[in-house]
Amino acid sequence: MVKIVEPVIAVDQLVKVYKTTRAVDGISFALEGGSITGLLGGNGAGKTTTIAMIMGLVMPTSGTVRVLGAEMPRQRYHVLHKMNFESPYVDMPHRLTVRQNLKVFGKLYAVEDLDDRIEALARALDLTEFLDRPTGKLSAGQKTRVALAKALINSPQVLLLDEPTASLDPDTADWVRSHLERFRKERGATVLLASHNMAEVERLCERVIIMKRGRIEDDDTPERLLVRYGRQTLEEVFLDVARGRGETREAAQ
Amino acid sequence: MSAAATSAVTLAPHRIAAMVLRYVYLLRSSWTRLLELIYWPAVQLFVWGFLQFYIAQNSGFFARASGVFIAAVLMWDVLFRGQLGFSVSFLEEMWSRNLSNLMISPLRPIEFVCALMIMSLIRLAIGMLPVTFLAMGFFGFNVYSLGLALAAFFVNLILTSWAVGIVVAGVLLRNGMGAETLAWTLMFVLMPLTCVYYPVSVLPPWLQVVAWALPPTYVFEGMRALLMEHMIRIDLMLEAFVLNVLYFAAGVLAFLQLLKSARRVGSLLQTGE
Repeated sequence: MVKIVEPVIAVDQLVKVYKTTRAVDGISFALEGGSITGLLGGNGAGKTTTIAMIMGLVMPTSGTVRVLGAEMPRQRYHVLHKMNFESPYVDMPHRLTVRQNLKVFGKLYAVEDLDDRIEALARALDLTEFLDRPTGKLSAGQKTRVALAKALINSPQVLLLDEPTASLDPDTADWVRSHLERFRKERGATVLLASHNMAEVERLCERVIIMKRGRIEDDDTPERLLVRYGRQTLEEVFLDVARGRGETREAAQ
Repeated sequence: MSAAATSAVTLAPHRIAAMVLRYVYLLRSSWTRLLELIYWPAVQLFVWGFLQFYIAQNSGFFARASGVFIAAVLMWDVLFRGQLGFSVSFLEEMWSRNLSNLMISPLRPIEFVCALMIMSLIRLAIGMLPVTFLAMGFFGFNVYSLGLALAAFFVNLILTSWAVGIVVAGVLLRNGMGAETLAWTLMFVLMPLTCVYYPVSVLPPWLQVVAWALPPTYVFEGMRALLMEHMIRIDLMLEAFVLNVLYFAAGVLAFLQLLKSARRVGSLLQTGE
């Protein structure tokens, strides 16, 4: 008998309409356990709305999202403790120290041996010396690492990242990527990463979903995308898709 | 009830405690926040306390009604500061752009509301307890001498303040920071209608109907009956309590509907203006 493995994230015919704008327009994809997938697209492509619907933060107009078998947002409380999220556009209370913030979130996620977990995360993310400093007094790079520590506090099975390295210097961004790679390998977590940083996606992701105006324009491994578009980098592929050259090239071939 | 619905209303004390801890950390981090809690109630007390002194010297009636203004100002502050304590704790999440973090955590809306109610009590205790002692020291008015009636007044006023606070939080979730003014001003609409400083009979008849639909009106009338006629009006307190239960339930339902609407329009993603 063949055992059917249910995808960790299953998005089916997902649509989100804000008043007259179709932010997400009938997209479908499924992510297997332990995979790391990049969600690429320009501003307004629908990446953030897609991630928000996967988290249960935004209600779909139609279509379904299932995470670890739970329908979102209706059954979100069955799985939210196994998920987490990081975005530079979401802050943590500035006046609280890093340790206090992590303690609050650790308690919300019912993390066992919380003090040890905070110490371990601080060591891994090079935050030990900042643990007792107010979060608002840290640099952008340090704040990103704190946000990442919060996103990893519950060792999530599903990790959603919205432009995790935006506004970081190249060195810090590279450091964050290395840590994400390590976490994914060690935990076997499923990671969905929305970004418009092509180098980041190329380095981290084994699969890339390219969105444009709320639709999926392409969905494949980075290698196959490069071959299909006849390009050297994902950035060139992205530009082809963004400027509508993908169809032209395929038609010409 | 479906499994999903049951799950949404399940209360976990550890998550409520986590949120209370978060606000306690915040209060501890800022002495100005602590001072602010005491400052305005103290100013109000002195203004109305001295006014009461002055009127009592010139009017035999008010001399007999000793402490009625001071009691009114203290009770009004329970109502107003109770709501503010609830709403400001909620606003802290919006000011710090932390709301999305909470909304994608396992924290249930009802647990969030419970934490805000506890914080409302804590903030009220920090602000009001010293002021009640100031009232004793400066104006010889001991609010605790009201005994059990004080407990009935307090329960009714705090329930109203939470009902208003819950609705304000829902509107903020749905409409973002553009609705922040509501948090600071909504309660003042109730001030003239609930007859804090004068009896309901002063109002025109049609407005009296509105006044009697509001639970705090019963409390302020009950307070005047106690201080001026030495009568404990249990009937008024029970009527206020029934109204409060209705308003509180309506507030929770409105909050859940507004939260649902916020998920529909995507306002949980953008909590700015």
